[in-house]
Amino acid sequence: MNITVCIKQVPGTSEVEIDEKTGVLKREGIDSKMNPYDLYALETALRIKSDKNAGLRVISMGPPQAEAVIREAYMMGADEGYLLTDRKFAGADVLATSYALSQGIRSLGHSDLIITGKMTTDGDTAQVGPEIAEYLQIPHVANVLRILELNEKSITVEMNMAESVEIQEVLLPCLITVEKDIYQPRLPSFKLKLKTADRPVHYITFNDLEDKDESHYGLKGSPTQVLKIFPPPAKTTSERWEGKGEELGQRLAEKLHELKFI
Amino acid sequence: MNYKQVTQTDIEALLAICGTENVLYGEAIHEDYSRDELAGIRSFPDVVVLPENAEQVAAVMRYAYEHNIPVTPRGQGTGLVGAAIAIHKGIMLSTERMNRILELDEANLTLTVEPGVLLMEISKYVEARDLFYPPDPGEKSASIGGNISTNAGGMRAVKYGVTRDYVRSLDVVLPNGEMITVGGKIVKDSSGYSLKDLIVGSEGTLGIISKAVLKLLPLPRVAISLLVPFPDIETAISAVPVIIRSKFIPTAIEYMERNVILSAENYLGKRFPDSSSDAYLLLTFDGNSKPDVENIYEQVAHVCLKAGALDVFISDTAERNESIWSARGAFLEAIKASTSEMDECDVVVPRDHVADFINYTKAIEKDLGVRIASFGHAGDGNLHVYVLKDELPENIFQEKLSKAFDLFYAKGAELGGHVSGEHGIGYAKKEYLQRMNGETYMNLLRGIKKVFDPKGILNPGKVC
Repeated sequence: MNITVCIKQVPGTSEVEIDEKTGVLKREGIDSKMNPYDLYALETALRIKSDKNAGLRVISMGPPQAEAVIREAYMMGADEGYLLTDRKFAGADVLATSYALSQGIRSLGHSDLIITGKMTTDGDTAQVGPEIAEYLQIPHVANVLRILELNEKSITVEMNMAESVEIQEVLLPCLITVEKDIYQPRLPSFKLKLKTADRPVHYITFNDLEDKDESHYGLKGSPTQVLKIFPPPAKTTSERWEGKGEELGQRLAEKLHELKFI
Repeated sequence: MNYKQVTQTDIEALLAICGTENVLYGEAIHEDYSRDELAGIRSFPDVVVLPENAEQVAAVMRYAYEHNIPVTPRGQGTGLVGAAIAIHKGIMLSTERMNRILELDEANLTLTVEPGVLLMEISKYVEARDLFYPPDPGEKSASIGGNISTNAGGMRAVKYGVTRDYVRSLDVVLPNGEMITVGGKIVKDSSGYSLKDLIVGSEGTLGIISKAVLKLLPLPRVAISLLVPFPDIETAISAVPVIIRSKFIPTAIEYMERNVILSAENYLGKRFPDSSSDAYLLLTFDGNSKPDVENIYEQVAHVCLKAGALDVFISDTAERNESIWSARGAFLEAIKASTSEMDECDVVVPRDHVADFINYTKAIEKDLGVRIASFGHAGDGNLHVYVLKDELPENIFQEKLSKAFDLFYAKGAELGGHVSGEHGIGYAKKEYLQRMNGETYMNLLRGIKKVFDPKGILNPGKVC
C-alpha cells in the first residue's frame, strides 16, 4: 500500500501581519513551521505505515526553503519527500494549488490513499484536499474523526458533519482530510534526523508534470481575484446566564454537548 | 500563646478600616479560607479582611498588634504546607484585592506589582512587551506575594535561579503596623544585612508584603524542548550530571516516569506525544535564534544518546511545547486524582545525588508496601515525592506515611540536602526542619522572629 501525505510550510506564529497595501502576508523575519493540521495527517499515515507496512511519501508545494518541512517529515518517519517548486507555480490560488498538487501526485505513480490535514493555518480554506481528489477523479471524505477499518479495497471512517457523525466506507484509491486530534502527533526524532541527513528531497518542476499548459498554473491559472485581505476582528461574544446552580449546570452541560466539547 | 478572642467590637473596627465590602465574617467566610492545598488540616479564621491598599494592611496590623489578635496572611491559598491556614483563628488577611500591576520600568528592567497579582498575569503582561520574568512554578494561579513568601522555584531554576533572585525590593508592613521598604531598584547592594532576602521565603511570619519590585530580563525569542526517552529511571537520572557537565545549560531538566505520564493522560483526556518508554527527561533550551538553540541542543542530544537515551524527540513549535508542558503542568493534580489522599516530600539534594535519592524512594516503596510516585526538577535536585493512600485504612496510611517521611528526610540530610526545595515549611514540615537543623539554628530563627514580631501575632505556629 502506498500513502501520500500533503504537507505545507506555514508561518510559525498565527499573529502574522498583513501588508495593508498589497494584501500579502509579511513573511520576512518570521519563523516557519509545518502546518499544525498536517501533523495529524502525517501521524495518521505513520500509524497505517507501521500497521500495514505501507510506503509513505510526502509532497509539498512551495519555495525551495519549504524543503525544511520535508526534512521534518523524514524526522517523523516518512520514507520519501517531494517538493513541487517552480516559478511558474507562484501566485497560485486554492484552485491552481490543488491542480498543481494533483499533477505532482500523479507524477509519483499510484497512491492508494492520500491524506491531508483539514486545512492550513495560513489559508484556512479547507478546500485543497477535496479539490485534489476532484482533479484526480477519486472519492474523498473530509473532516475524518476516526479510521474504523482499512483493508486492501476500502477505508471506513467517521466523518464530522458538524451536527452529527457519519460513517462512510469508501473504495480505494481515495483521499481523506483528517480532523485535529485524530491522533496525538509524534515529535520529530533526533535519531531519524541523523539517519536521514543524506536522504534527498526530490524536486518536481513544471517540466516533470504531465499537463504542460502554463495557463493552468500559478497566477495565470488562478480565477480568484483578491480584492482585499484584512485581519478579522477578534471575537468577543459572550453569554451571561443567571440562575440556580443546578439549572445552570444542566444548561452548561447541554451547551458543551452541543459544541461537542463533551 | 494567649490571644484575644475576636469580638463584635473587633469586627466593627475592621469594618471601619477596610470597608464593609472588604470584611467577611460568620457564614460569609467561604470554605476556601479554612485551608490551603495541604490535605488534612482545616481551620476557619474568625474574620477575613480583604484590604485594598498598604494603608489598610497597616491599619489592620496596628489594630491586631494593639489587641493581641493573631493574623494569618494569605495569597491564593495554593501553598502545600499549611502556611496560610489560620491555625490560631483570629484575622485572615487576604491580599487578593491588592492585585494591580503598578509600573513597568523599562530603563531599570523592573516590574512593580501588588502582592495579589497572579503569576500568570505577570508572565502575560511582560511577555507581551518582549520581557521575561523567569521563575516558573507549576501553579500559575498562585499570587506573586505567595511566591515571594515561599521563595518559589519552578521549572527554569537550572539556568535562571529562583524567585529570590528576581526580587529587587519589597514594601513590607511589620507586625506592629509600621511600614518599611527593603532593597531597591538597584543591581548591587552591600548595605548591611539583607532584610529583603530574609523576608523572601519567610512565609508571612516576619511581615506582610504590600508591594514588590521584580527584576525582568529580555524575553528569549526561541525555546525548544527535548523529550528524551530512557529504558529506565536509573539510566535517565544518571544522565543528568553528564548533561550538566557538558556545560550547555538547559533552562529546565525534569524527570518523569511512565506511570505519572499515564495518570496525566487520564486526567487531561489528552495523549502525551510519547509514552512508550519507562522514563523520560525533559530538557528545555532557550536563546535568541533558532540556529543558536539548535546548535546547542544537538550537542546535548548526542550527550543523551551516549548516556543511554533511546532517542531524543524535538519539540520546536508552540503546539508541540504545549502538548508536553500542559501534561507536565498537570502532574500534581493527576497524581492527586489517581488516589484517595496523599502527602508530599519536597526535599532538595545536591544534583549529583538525585539518582541516589530516587533509588532510595523505590526501595522504601517496596519495604513499606505503600505506593510512591515522584517527578521533579532533576536539574536542580528538587524532588517531589508523593506517598499515596489508595485503599489503605487511615491509621495504617498515617503510620506508613510518617515512617516514609522520617526515612526520606534522614536520607536527604545524609546526602547534604534540605527539607524543602520550593514549597516551604509552613505548618506541616516544622518538625523536619527542626530535626535537620538542630537547636542552635532553630534558636537563631526564633530570635529573628522575635525581633520582627515580639508579640508573636503574625502567622503564629509556622516555620520555627
